[in-house]
This record gives sequence, C-alpha cells and structure tokens, in this order.
Amino acid sequence: MKFSKVAVAAAVGAAMIAGSAQAQSVKIGNVVELTGGGATVGNNWKNAVVMAFEEINAAGGILGKTVELTNYDTQTNAQNSRAMVQKALDDGSYVILGPIYSSSTKVNMILTQRAEIPQIVGSEAPFITTSGNPYVFRTSFGAAQSMPKLAAYLKDGVKASSVGVIWVNDDFGKGGRDTVITELKKRGISIAVDLSTEVGQADFASDVIKLKNSGSDAVFAYLHEEESARLLKEIKKQGLRQPIVGETTLMNQKVIDLAGDAANGAKGHVGLSADAPVPAVRAFAKKFEAKYGNKPDHNGIKGYVAAYTVKYVTEKMGKFDSKAFARTLHGLTISPKDEPGILMEVTWDDKGDVDRQSFLVEVVGGKQKIIEVLPKLGN
Amino acid sequence: MRPMTIAGLAVLGLLIVLPFGLKGYGIYILSLWIVYSIAAMGLNLTLGYAGQVSLAQAAFLGIGAYTTALLMKAGYPFFVGFGLSAGICFGVGLILGYPALRVQHHFLAFVTLGFNALVWLVFRNEEWLTGGTYGLMGFSRPSFFGVSTNNPVVFYFFSLALFLLLAFVLWWIVRSPWGRAFQALRENPIRANSLGVDVRRMTLLAFAIGSAYGGMAGSLFAPLVEFIDPQSFMLDTSLMLLLMVIVGGSGHFFGPILGALLVILLPEWLRFTEGLYLIIYASLVIVLLAVCPSGLLGLYERTAAAVRARSSDRRESAGGSAP
Amino acid sequence: MAEFFQLLVSGLATGSIYALAAVGFTLLWQASKVINFAQGEFVMLPAFFILIGTQVLGWNFIVALLFALICTLVLLGYFFKRVIIDPMLPHGVLPIVIATIALGIVMRDSVKEFYSAEAQPFPAVFSEETVSVFGAVISVQDIAILITSLAAITLLQVFLTRTRTGRCMQATAQNRAVAEILGVNVKRMILYTFLINAALALMASVLISPIYLAKFSNGQSIGLIAFIAAIVGGFNQVRGALVGGLLIGVIDNLSAAYISAEYRTAFPLILLIIIILVRPQGLLGTAEERTV
Repeated sequence: MKFSKVAVAAAVGAAMIAGSAQAQSVKIGNVVELTGGGATVGNNWKNAVVMAFEEINAAGGILGKTVELTNYDTQTNAQNSRAMVQKALDDGSYVILGPIYSSSTKVNMILTQRAEIPQIVGSEAPFITTSGNPYVFRTSFGAAQSMPKLAAYLKDGVKASSVGVIWVNDDFGKGGRDTVITELKKRGISIAVDLSTEVGQADFASDVIKLKNSGSDAVFAYLHEEESARLLKEIKKQGLRQPIVGETTLMNQKVIDLAGDAANGAKGHVGLSADAPVPAVRAFAKKFEAKYGNKPDHNGIKGYVAAYTVKYVTEKMGKFDSKAFARTLHGLTISPKDEPGILMEVTWDDKGDVDRQSFLVEVVGGKQKIIEVLPKLGN
Repeated sequence: MRPMTIAGLAVLGLLIVLPFGLKGYGIYILSLWIVYSIAAMGLNLTLGYAGQVSLAQAAFLGIGAYTTALLMKAGYPFFVGFGLSAGICFGVGLILGYPALRVQHHFLAFVTLGFNALVWLVFRNEEWLTGGTYGLMGFSRPSFFGVSTNNPVVFYFFSLALFLLLAFVLWWIVRSPWGRAFQALRENPIRANSLGVDVRRMTLLAFAIGSAYGGMAGSLFAPLVEFIDPQSFMLDTSLMLLLMVIVGGSGHFFGPILGALLVILLPEWLRFTEGLYLIIYASLVIVLLAVCPSGLLGLYERTAAAVRARSSDRRESAGGSAP
Repeated sequence: MAEFFQLLVSGLATGSIYALAAVGFTLLWQASKVINFAQGEFVMLPAFFILIGTQVLGWNFIVALLFALICTLVLLGYFFKRVIIDPMLPHGVLPIVIATIALGIVMRDSVKEFYSAEAQPFPAVFSEETVSVFGAVISVQDIAILITSLAAITLLQVFLTRTRTGRCMQATAQNRAVAEILGVNVKRMILYTFLINAALALMASVLISPIYLAKFSNGQSIGLIAFIAAIVGGFNQVRGALVGGLLIGVIDNLSAAYISAEYRTAFPLILLIIIILVRPQGLLGTAEERTV
C-alpha cells in the first residue's frame, strides 16, 4: 500500500508553495491521464516526471530556478484535456508535458501552438507530427517510425507473406493498426484477417479461432498490456502455431508477468523499455521501483526523458524562452554524456519526431531477450 | 419583485460581467457550463417533470454534435445544423420513447442505457461518417452578421444568448396549460389520468423535447470544443448529466443549472488534493444525497420553509409575551 | 463444429462469471428495490483485499481469503447497507442509483490511489491446464468456473426455497408488510440479502481475477454487462440472472465470430432492448405490477 504517496504528494505540494513564495521558480504544466481508462499509463508518466523534477530541484533546479510542477488531470477525455491545457497555459507554464493519448494531444496541441508554448507529448499516433505544428515534440517513436521497422522484421526476419492483425479498438490501437497495415501492404505482405477487439475484453476465444483459421504466417498483436496477456493465454490454450509479433507493449515485462509462460516466444520491436540493455535505463528503473513500488513501463521512461529535455534545452539556451525552446529542440541531439537524465542518445528532427536506438526482442524464459539492436535511423 | 427574480437578474448581470475578468480557461469552463446546462435542463423536463429516467442524454448530445459538425464541414451555416440537431433528436426521442413507455415505469432507463451504448458504438465504428476513434475536427466556429465567434468571449455571449432563449422557451412550456398538466402528472399520476390527462402521450412528448434540448446542447458543444470524438458521449456523460439534475434539485426550474455549475466547478476547487479529488468529490455527492435527496434547491426550500416557520413562531411567541 | 463448441464453452465460462455478478443485482432489487450501480466495483474490490493479505501482509492464500471474506461482509455487506442504503431508501430509487455510482468512483479511485494503478497478477484457484473435447480445447479452469458458479447459484436457490430463513427472505422480498405481520424479522432478512450479495461478489472476484487480472478499472465493464444480464434474464429472479449471464457470454462470442467483431458489444445491447420491449419482465422473470 502506498499511503506514503499521500505524504509525498503533501511534501511536493508544500515545496511548491514554498517555491512560489520565492518567486525564483519556473512553472511547468504536466497534463496527463491521471484518472479514467488511461490512468495506468498516465500515472507511470506522472510519477517519472515528478521524480525527475525532484532530482532536478535537489540538484539546484534549472538555471538556479526551482521547478514548480503542476499536474493536471485529463480524466482520459480529449475535451477535458483541452480545458486542462488551457488552464496550464493560463497558469503561465513555460513548457507543457503530456498527454499520452493521441486523441487528447490532437485537440490540445492547437492551443499550445496558438500560445507558442512547447509541448512534449507521449503520444505515438502519426498525425501528431504531420500537421506542421512547430511546438509539439514526441518522446518516443511515432507509429510512423516504429511500424516500418516492424513490417521489415515481419518480411525479412519472420519471412511472412500474410499476417493476421489483431488490435484494440481505441485511438492507441487504431493508430498502430492503420500504420502497420499500410507498411505491410507496401512490402507485399497480405492481411489475412483484421480483428478489432475491445478495451477490457475478457474472452478472446473467437478472435483466436479466427486467427487460427486465417492461415496467416504470423500474428501481429497491438493491444494494451492486460488484454495482450489474456490474448497470449488464449493463444497458448488453443495451441496457435504462428509466431506472435508485437510492438513495445506485447513484450512488456508487465505482460510477461501477467501471462506467465504463455508469453514465451512473443517477438517484436521495442522502442523504449525498462529492460533495455542500457545501464542508465536500468538504473532509472531501479530508482523508480524503489520509490513507487512498481516497475516503470515505456511511458515512465518517456516522462523522465521529457523532464530532462526541458532542463537540458533551457540550460543550453541559458534563458527561459518558450519560443526559442522550440527552435532549439528542432534538430537537436542530446547525448547521455552531456545530460545523464536523457538515458539514451536521442535526436529530434524538424517535425518533432525522435530518433534513437531501438531493439528487436523475444520473450525467452519469462524475460525480454534482445535479438538485435537497431541503430538510429539517421546514422 | 420576488426574491427569486432579483437573484436571477443579479446572476444574469454577473454572467455578463464575469468573462471580462477571466482568462481563457475560465471562459471555456463558463461556456461548457452553459452547454451542459442546456442538456441538463432538457433532462430535467424528462426526469423532474415527467418522472422518467433517461440515460441517453449524452447520446443526444452526441447526435447533435456530429450532425452540426458534419453539416458545418459540408459548408452549411450553423443554424441549419442547430435546427436539424433539435429535429433529429426530437424524432429519435419519439421513436425510442414510444415503445419503451408502453411497458413498465422504470424501463425507459434501461432502454436508454442500451441506446446510449449503441450510439457510442456507431460513432466509433462508422469511420467514413464520424471519423471513428480519431473524431472530427476542422469545422470553424459560426459567424453572424460579419462577427466571427472565434473569440472565446464572443462565443460565450453567443452561447449565453441561445441558453437564455432556450431557458425561456422551457419556462414557457412549463407554465403553459400543457406544462401544468405535467405538474399534475408529477404530483399524482393516477388522479391526472382520471382527469383526462393522457399520461403516456404527455410523458413521451416530455422525453422527446428533453432529447431535443440534448441535441441543441450538442450543437453548441461541437463548435465550443472545436473537436468531437466518441469518448465525450459515453454512458459516463449521461450519468454526469443525471447527477447535475439531481444534485441541483430535479423538478426545480433552476435546479439543473445550479447542478451543472457544481458538477463542473467542484473538481476545480478540489484540485489541490491531487489524486484524491475524485474520491472526495464522489464522497461529497453521497453525503449530499444522504442529507438532502431532493438536491440543493430542495435543501434551500426546506431551510427557507423552516426559517419562515421559526420566525413566524417567534413573532407569535413575541406577540404572546407582550403585555 | 469443434469451433462452435469451443466458442460455446468459452462463452459459458465467461458468462457464468457475469451471472455471479448479476445475481447480486437481482437479490438487492428483490429485497429492497436497490439498483446497485457499484456492483462491478463490488466484484473488483475483494481481489485487492486478498492481495493486501498475500502481498502486503505476507499471509498465505487461505488466510488472505478469510481476511477478504470478513472485509467484504463488513464493508460491502453491512456498512454498504447501513451507511449508504438505509438513509436513502425512503427517498426512492434515483438517489440510490446516483449514490451507488458515486460509491463506485470512490472504490475505483481508492484502489488506484492507495494500492496501484497497474494490473496485478492474481493466483489461479484452478488449474490452467487444457483438455481436448470434441476437437475443442477447454481449460480445466473454464469448466471449474462454470461448475462453481452453477453450484453457488443452485445452492442459493435451494436456500431461498427450502430453508426457513430463505423463505422468510423471499416473503420479505415479495411483500414486506405481510411478511412483517407474519412475524418475519424483515430488517434481519434484508441484512442477510446484503451479506449474501457481498459473499457472491467475493466469489466472483476470486474466480474472475486470474483471467481479468486485478485492476481498479475492472468494475466498469463487469458492472455494465452484469446489469444487462440481470435485465435480460429477469430482474426479479435469481435463476434469471444465471440464464442472462450465460446467454450474454455466449452471444458475445458467437456474434464476434460470425457477425462482426467491431460490433460485438452491440448484440447484448440489442438483445436487451428487444427483451424490454417484448418481455419486459425478462426471460425468466415474473411480471411485476405496473407502478403507474
């Protein structure tokens, strides 16, 4: 039980009040899914952001100013996220972090663009960076970066000529499904079956039967963690023989813990992972687990990186200037040598997309095993 | 003037002055309150006056929002969408309510619950029409006589004007002979029936008009948020609207308006409690319902009556003790 | 054929869990005209009492189960009745509906805030091994869940019809005033109903959590489906909830397989609307008097 969390919240709150009293602080708004369907990913992100700014403040803040972080709850609702971004802007945020759900980002990034305030998001849907908004930045690969890697792996690694796609019918799953199907078709791979599933679905019997009957060479699964685990269990039960391939969530340690040995053999592409063979990432995961009692997922890493990006870019500029922040971050490469909190070397392009190393992994014996390290695209 | 009228005028004055003292967020919240108030007023007619629980008000909000957004994207002026939203929702209300009201009392609630979930599925799945999960955007706010409502304050006053108009219409409906029949219905359905009031027809019309108000609220919702997606019109939203009506005081004309204010503002006031705010918020709702199941205006009436009774008591006893 | 059988058995297993949650709806409705919109959360929460026992306090599963039983009976049975329902009962159905929705939010967010926002693995009570029957692969767990639920609901039915206490409870449900005149301790009977509802919720929670995984948000989907199952089966009959639950579980699977996966959740809803219009008392329900 995390009764201590309340105490931490109170302490952070007290620190914030003390901070604002000094007027030697800078405001950062963290607009994220704290309640509702996205609470799991949102709290992961928020906890990492809070941890990062506590570290930053303990080390003297940014350019000598204390960071005054305010968390705003979108309730996993696009329309509410818009209201919260408006509030964060009214409150005078220097940079806005979040949200994670793409449908929320789609609505509220218009506001940050109008206000010319940079927004560092956790969303992965392609349209975020294709609309020409110069103030929006990703923290992880968008589907447009990760799905081509995955489609290439299905073609060359798995040697599949037809794939069954199963996805969760919300904005996370739909975005991934649309992109992967385009990428697969581009490579001459046919879609044997295209299966929509529901958030919170308990029974995957009908879906697995369809996958079984589809005669595909491989299955691509793009679901949330719990549903992924249930799907893997049902697949094992019905004895499906095709290789199961996924993107980041399917090979998540959480899914492996939940699905048990049914997860063994699942393969795929992982953009960010707490299990990545990078010492800095492992160290972060350890710190996070010690503080909050659960392992961070990729959303935690995204939040942590977002916080340290704010620190690095501001210190590089030597001033607090929201407009210049956005200009500086375009085309910038941050290396862990210069800023350890960035964990892995990362480059932003002129649209706000990120480029960094990623991994092809397989679940072996209840652990992620790296099959191949995919280099940055830019090199 | 009655105290209620004075209070009403004071509130109206405040509503006109308020936006000039607020930042973007405050104006947005005020506009949102107006939109939800319209939907809640409609639900109040169904619930408070005709005694039927509808759990589909969010679906009507959605139908109105999508109708207006699609028509505006196709280049039609706002009021075409607005009128059509009201018309479609009125029609759907009749079709949905007619069979449901034939059967037992509380069954409209169940039918509307199923209906709301079905409408949500259609919004999400029929991507060619509704944009699916990604929702719809890219429709501009309306402009009138060359004045664009792109400015949040202008849009606020535009919503306020529509709200006042719709509130007046509803007030007139409730006061009309037809509306009085409603009150008879609420107070004693069996007697109303024996006096020749066609209970089923009355109830059906109340539900359809209430639904049309939901549609018109949705019609304003779309240009206010400038984006609509299925998520905004789930069963949760219907329950929230129901909460507004009940917390404010169902059957009281101003009940849903007050309820909407509270339901929207309370999370704001509790935000400092961070992750605990929904827990506290929901607990407060439970306490309020335990203390006063007839809502805030019910509480006010009860207190006012008690105060009146006590002061008249005192006057009598004062008179009695005088020499 | 094997495929159809597979879908049928999986659907029955899932449906039996819906039935366990749905029975609670019908029990509370019969005893005190309460529609409990927090029923889904009632099924979500007991798993966390067990997890507190096994994970936080380090007890073994059986001890944790007893601990959870006590917590569930006290909090979801006794306190729910005394603190939430009793004060609001005189004011009709609607305030209770709203209050139980609010209670659901309190339970959901408390678990999220004070335990975890993450899904938690939950130990399976039954073996997850599979057997092959007529070409369909069936897990022992599925069969065990189905049998346990059927047994629980049958026992409940026997208790209600064959024992003195059970008959008193039924008399209370049917006509409170008459039951009171006949010397039934009405208050105690209603309390029993709430306790049985809590115990069934615990049972559903233990059966469902290995599959659903214990998570704060589980109650929302379970609650709605159970509610639909109860109406379809018959709101005023215990066996109605059983039939409704099983039917919804099977329909969900068959419609996803043979009609449309995107609209899989629509078919139970369409069934719900048809049932209300054609047979408002539900498939197995008995007609209630018209209230107006």
